[in-house]
Amino acid sequence: MATMTDPPRESFRLSMLIYDTRYRSLTIQVIALFAFMLLVAWIISNTVQNLASLGKEVEFGFFSEPASYDINQRLLDYTSRDTHLRASFMGLLNTLVVAVLGCITATIIGVLVGVARLSRNWLIARIMTVYVEMFRNVPVLLWIVFAMAILIESLPSPRAFRGENATQSLILNDSVAITNRGVYVPEALFSRSLGDVRLFGESSLRFDVSLDLVAIIAVLAASFFVFRRIRIWAERVQNETGNRPTTWHFQVAVLVVPTFILLAALGFHLGKPELKGFNFAGGTHLRNSLIALWIALSLYTAAFIAEIVRGGILAISKGQTEAAGSLGLRPNRIMSLVILPQALRVIIPPLISNYLNLTKNSSLAIAVGYLDITGTLGGITLNQTGRELECLLLLMLIYLCISLTISVFMNIYNKRVALVER
Amino acid sequence: MQKSVFYGALAAAVVIGGAAGAATLDDVKARGNLNCGVSTGLVGFASPDASGNWEGFDVAVCRAVAAAVLGDPQAVEFIPTTGKTRFTALASGEVDMLARNTTWTFSRDTDLKLDFIGVNYYDGQGFMVPKALGVTSAKDLDGATVCIQTGTTTELNLADFFRVNNISYEPVPIETNAEAQQQYLAEACDVYTTDASGLAATRASFESPGDHVILPEIISKEPLGPVVRHGDNEWGDIVRWTLNALISAEELGITSANVGELSGGPTNNPEINRLLGTEGTLGDMIGLDSEWAQRAIMAEGNYGEIFEKNIGENTPVGLARGLNAQYTEGGLIYSPPFR
Amino acid sequence: MSDTSFVRTEMLAEQDPPPTSVGVIGWLRANLFPNWWNAILTVLCLAAIWYVLSGLLGWTLRSVWTAGSLSECREVMIETWGSTHGHACWGVINDRWLQLLFGFYPPELYYRPILALLLLIAALAPVLFADKVSPRLLYVTAAYPFLMPWLMWGGSIWTPVGVAAGFVVAYLVGRALRGAVAGLVLGILSAIIWWMVWFGFPVQTEVLAAGLGEGLAAISPDTAPFLLETVESRKFGGFMLSVMIGVVAIGCSLPLGILLALGRQSNMLIVKAICVGFIEFIRGVPLITLLFVASTLLNIFLPPGTNFDIILRVMIMVTLFAAAYMAEVIRGGLAGLPTGQYEGADSLGLNYWQAQRLIIMPQALKISIPGIVSTFIGIFKDTTLVSIIALLDPLGLSNSIRADTDWNGIYWELFAFIALLFFIACFGMSRYSMYLERKLKTEND
Repeated sequence: MATMTDPPRESFRLSMLIYDTRYRSLTIQVIALFAFMLLVAWIISNTVQNLASLGKEVEFGFFSEPASYDINQRLLDYTSRDTHLRASFMGLLNTLVVAVLGCITATIIGVLVGVARLSRNWLIARIMTVYVEMFRNVPVLLWIVFAMAILIESLPSPRAFRGENATQSLILNDSVAITNRGVYVPEALFSRSLGDVRLFGESSLRFDVSLDLVAIIAVLAASFFVFRRIRIWAERVQNETGNRPTTWHFQVAVLVVPTFILLAALGFHLGKPELKGFNFAGGTHLRNSLIALWIALSLYTAAFIAEIVRGGILAISKGQTEAAGSLGLRPNRIMSLVILPQALRVIIPPLISNYLNLTKNSSLAIAVGYLDITGTLGGITLNQTGRELECLLLLMLIYLCISLTISVFMNIYNKRVALVER
Repeated sequence: MQKSVFYGALAAAVVIGGAAGAATLDDVKARGNLNCGVSTGLVGFASPDASGNWEGFDVAVCRAVAAAVLGDPQAVEFIPTTGKTRFTALASGEVDMLARNTTWTFSRDTDLKLDFIGVNYYDGQGFMVPKALGVTSAKDLDGATVCIQTGTTTELNLADFFRVNNISYEPVPIETNAEAQQQYLAEACDVYTTDASGLAATRASFESPGDHVILPEIISKEPLGPVVRHGDNEWGDIVRWTLNALISAEELGITSANVGELSGGPTNNPEINRLLGTEGTLGDMIGLDSEWAQRAIMAEGNYGEIFEKNIGENTPVGLARGLNAQYTEGGLIYSPPFR
Repeated sequence: MSDTSFVRTEMLAEQDPPPTSVGVIGWLRANLFPNWWNAILTVLCLAAIWYVLSGLLGWTLRSVWTAGSLSECREVMIETWGSTHGHACWGVINDRWLQLLFGFYPPELYYRPILALLLLIAALAPVLFADKVSPRLLYVTAAYPFLMPWLMWGGSIWTPVGVAAGFVVAYLVGRALRGAVAGLVLGILSAIIWWMVWFGFPVQTEVLAAGLGEGLAAISPDTAPFLLETVESRKFGGFMLSVMIGVVAIGCSLPLGILLALGRQSNMLIVKAICVGFIEFIRGVPLITLLFVASTLLNIFLPPGTNFDIILRVMIMVTLFAAAYMAEVIRGGLAGLPTGQYEGADSLGLNYWQAQRLIIMPQALKISIPGIVSTFIGIFKDTTLVSIIALLDPLGLSNSIRADTDWNGIYWELFAFIALLFFIACFGMSRYSMYLERKLKTEND
């Protein structure tokens, strides 16, 4: 390069902005930026004009006013006197709950179905195909509505549990009640509770953290750490001596005993649901709106995940199965030790986008009256205050944040399992 | 601002509204039809039939206005709106008026820049429970599961009511009346609460209406009425006085059957004459011709006829007049004089 | 010694395989009862199928077809079977199926959406079944974007002709001025000027909004030939609305998606940033929030006084939504091309747009078709969300139908019908996309 002589210096001409490839991309970018800014400015100026003629201003003051509506499923304390901000916060938590639950079950069902579609059993493979095609080709909104209707119509109402000649009874040792208002399961109670710690004072984002839960998690984490150390130690011994010491009873004990001691110390007992007045009282109430949404979203997304899993498995060459078979592995172990770990690399990226879809589809909660963020911030709050611009922009921003967070985490995971190319 | 006219590719498809101009009346006349915002479907108040014709109590008000302004009760485009979209549709000029069981409240009238031009139905929020529960008062509902329609004032009233009476409840928010009905019948909730008219209509559609009672408590005032944009007073006057004409017509005994005869020539009653345009120039004052009220009444009948035809006791909805009787019969329906 | 040995001099006759491994029994053993574990599963599955089908078929078949209202249905059921439980009332479908299909489109004009659908199939055939259909049908494809709006919305034939002519003008001008960028810019400019002249109108500075402006053709709609009665978009409803939104969104999002995909691949930082920002934003929010924007905010973002009706606003937002997904599909297609194709184009001395037009896009689009079809299926299914903002798509209509005093209280029949229609449409398309994927795979091998 150094020996090359410089080309004769041309004087800069305006036409070079278009015809000279060195400058053209710069020109295009400047024009694009300019056009983009113009568009934004145009929209903003229109908005300002329109809002002025409607007599509205962009302000977020309404968030500190009382919401005046109740939310049935609230993970933290909330009353109708709390602010719109707190109501939106409850909605956000509800969104996250159904999204997380949905992603977990969708993955489990999806993997099972995806594997079952390749089953040797003709009937099972066909049934799974029917399931996948049915769910993939009918809108999720319809499935949500269906799930809700089936729950409502097919399960008994609490009244069936009441009185002398009750037609229904609680199951699992009188501890779980399945009704068309939802499922009542026992809740964990602590008679010697450590109490709660309140974060963020009395603000709208206040957050009670149960110290019992913190203690349990801490103990579990510690046990798990010790558990890992034992395994590492056992492996070292195996490497050195060729004999692996028997450690499983230690490991189980380390995992279980401290937690049990802690639970006993805290006075752990189960609060069972009982019929009281119109409804069951006590216990944890999983409302049927949550269950319907959860089931519908899981089954719908699972149908897509099943296809991804099936595709991933089929993408692994047959030689892998045969090689594993010739090593003497049984079909189940071939699947779990050889095929699935390799298929995972193909599966993860589309899986991420299905998690994102599930989270976004959870906004259809409105159809079954599950008050998620769309139902609170984008629904009742928007209706009561008439602040469409503020509510919707915030709503979109929140969803965007959730989506981006999921993408980031899953991409990190994806990088970890990705094949290291040499 | 000079009214711009844009032409373009999707030309035939686009409708320019009159949001920019204040004169809704001119826009309606130029367009040749009235854009009327109604509910997506509420038994007795607004629903489309098999051939797509809308009918119902709220729909009749739209038809009367269209008849008064355009001379044709069929010249109405019905635009379904939800609780969320209704006010934006009105504010943006997409609809000329709302006739969609909308409660007149302070903040809607002032903060949202709307004008409620009167009340065509006095409603109130009530509760319906199955008889088998043995509940006689809403105050016995401690711990009950309550189905509510979201996006309305009902959920606010409900929260307030239970809070004031210091009793607990479990709200089940539901998007549409049809879903609420389904959940209530399957006993997924003990109580259904919405406007009393809605409760009556819903109960009437049950297989055995006798098994359900509507509790005596009415926990809110829900004056429902047509709404127009704030700031266009001429248009507001037209809608307001069309509604009043329907109400006055009932009071004065003008029906769709005899309106033709009564407007044939001056009668003995000067107010009838003024209303029907055979005397005086009331029509001119609101920018219409003298026969505007005749046409409005002829469209679907007077207020009483509209009521009886759509939600009255002889319909499946089966509502009694109650508060919605003329003031002369102990109700609240009262039109200012046509003078 | 030798006589002790035995040498077979003739082959034994071939024997039939054991009866348990051939025929029906063999198949059953191999596929349904290979071992005890699978046998149990099979039996369980059979029981489940029996349980579901017996309930479902009874409900579907032992049903009432001719009834004008739900109460009439119930009377018939009581008369025939003694109870109302477990019997469908298909009378509602019988009564309302036209409405569920066409919404409020005037009944005497039903031929127009049907014709539009048939033309759509004709227009898509040369793209989707390129090897089986005469390429001459591509003319239909080219004309379709202009014919369809005319058929659906009505008006004068001169409107679509004028719009189409604008594109021709742009193309001719662009060709005449071979300089790439100048040709592009001048082509677009001349098209805009053409449209202004054609429609003959006061040119305003706000003509930016012209692309989606108002009004009917300047050539007087009353005198023009082939005048179709105007149908406003708010008359659209039912399945027709779903299909319309889907088709318009996919059709309009294709060019937009191509541009976004190219922008995202570009090495111009700002262009890339804008494209990535747009795509990630749209893909990060649920469609329902975009529909809320369409129903409540879009008018606020546009110049005061513009007012599209809600269906157009929804089409705009769904188009933007589809464009982001389309961009990702096309990006996948671009990534699927071997680098040699780009290098080959460069070595021929083609410039960027020539390379895209002649080498890259034809191949990239072809391998993207399955993805485009799945995007379409997704969008088509998602059109049901418009019921939440009060558009009368099949789901929205089902609410309105249930608000009619005749049908108040009906539930499953409507939803079953709607689900069935969606299933048929989507299943057909997904089968096609699978067929295409298989074909592409064998072609590439």
